[in-house]
Amino acid sequence: MKIATDVDRCVGAGQCVLAEPAVFDQDESDGTVVLLTDSVDGETAERVREATHICPAQALSILD
Amino acid sequence: MERRCPYAPPAEYDELRAENPVTKVELPTGRQAWALTRHEDVRAMLADPRFSSDRMSPQFPTLVDNTQLRSTFRPSLISMDPPEHGPARRAVVGEFTVRRMEALRPRIQEIVDQAIDDLLAAGEPADLVTHVSLPVPSLVICEQLGVPYADHDFFQQHSSKLLNRETAQEDRRDAVDQLTSYLGKLITEKEAAPTDDLLGRQIVKQREEGKVDHEALVSLAFLLLVAGHETTANMISLGTVALLEHPDQLALLLNDPGVTLNAVEELLRYFTIAELATTRVATEDVEIGGVLIRAGEGVLGLSNAANHDPAAYDRPDELDIARGARNHVAFGFGAHQCLGQNLARMELQIVFDTLFRRVPGLRIEKPIDELDYKRNSTVYGLHSLPVAWS
Repeated sequence: MKIATDVDRCVGAGQCVLAEPAVFDQDESDGTVVLLTDSVDGETAERVREATHICPAQALSILD
Repeated sequence: MERRCPYAPPAEYDELRAENPVTKVELPTGRQAWALTRHEDVRAMLADPRFSSDRMSPQFPTLVDNTQLRSTFRPSLISMDPPEHGPARRAVVGEFTVRRMEALRPRIQEIVDQAIDDLLAAGEPADLVTHVSLPVPSLVICEQLGVPYADHDFFQQHSSKLLNRETAQEDRRDAVDQLTSYLGKLITEKEAAPTDDLLGRQIVKQREEGKVDHEALVSLAFLLLVAGHETTANMISLGTVALLEHPDQLALLLNDPGVTLNAVEELLRYFTIAELATTRVATEDVEIGGVLIRAGEGVLGLSNAANHDPAAYDRPDELDIARGARNHVAFGFGAHQCLGQNLARMELQIVFDTLFRRVPGLRIEKPIDELDYKRNSTVYGLHSLPVAWS
């Protein structure tokens, strides 16, 4: 599964980091999302789906 | 509308959600606004940039008359719309990242341990609000912002006045003036000698960018101080009551510290103490839940109703700390979702993990329906919580 982020929309809530810290991190200065990997599978993919759902800025998307 | 029992959302919410999920209601000010009660609709509205957060707009559906404040009050983050909001939020959100909050953990643990020492030293019965609920978030936000904790009585008093819906307009104005002038002086001092705290770092950052915006810093400090106090304090008090009233749930939490993360999310969902922070005004005609909301009309995204929507949660009125309620809207949703949410999560996790382990015999000294609830406050909670433990 491929993940894409829209940094312009991101409001730095950190919900993605709480959902899956192995995939998401936050920029130190402005809190925006940093993708540690853009391709995941298995249980990690499930948690990424949840992150996509709870992201308040709807800044995450799943490409396939 | 009043809460039932005294936790559950007003019964009217269930009726509205089932029969009329997007409906016109009359506010105490006599104005009309739309009330949204479905989880899906509240989320959709909050994520839609066509709904404005400008609380200073005369069209904004406030519950209290704020005309006097409008002329002078500099809007803070919660009241900003694009394009101002994004850069203003980004300037400060780096201070609240998950990693930054994790780095604060040991210090917050110390603060919580000290608060519990003070509670135990006070002797039975003691007020949990005085010894734990208020001092923990207050100390944490003061240290983070660089505001002297010695002045906490002063700003606690004024921030409760602001949040109480029954405060007269002139008293509200006075509370704003006093807090603004206090923070103005503090920021002037920090401009002369920037300290290593959130406000000091903002000054340094702004200076690097060219100019220090004194007024904006006062307004930011004001927001963080008020928002950082009462909200977490009330969640500590209410969460303690709920866990003590549900011994099966408390046992789950005590048996597995890993559950605390989910327990905190569930308690946030269950109480949704700031249910009207999610109020907006439409700037264009927008359809929500099949109803056309016209430009200029106010909308109450009733987050407490949304968080008790059976379409989003099975048995929504039951406390189930294992359910994993991470998609709740107790911190709002969209671009304005609470800036301090991860700080609040951290404080709540540490308090609940520590309190029930260190004070295993903790009990409430009054029937829960006789406790002193904040029924007229913008943020729901408890004025006091008498407890004993031996």
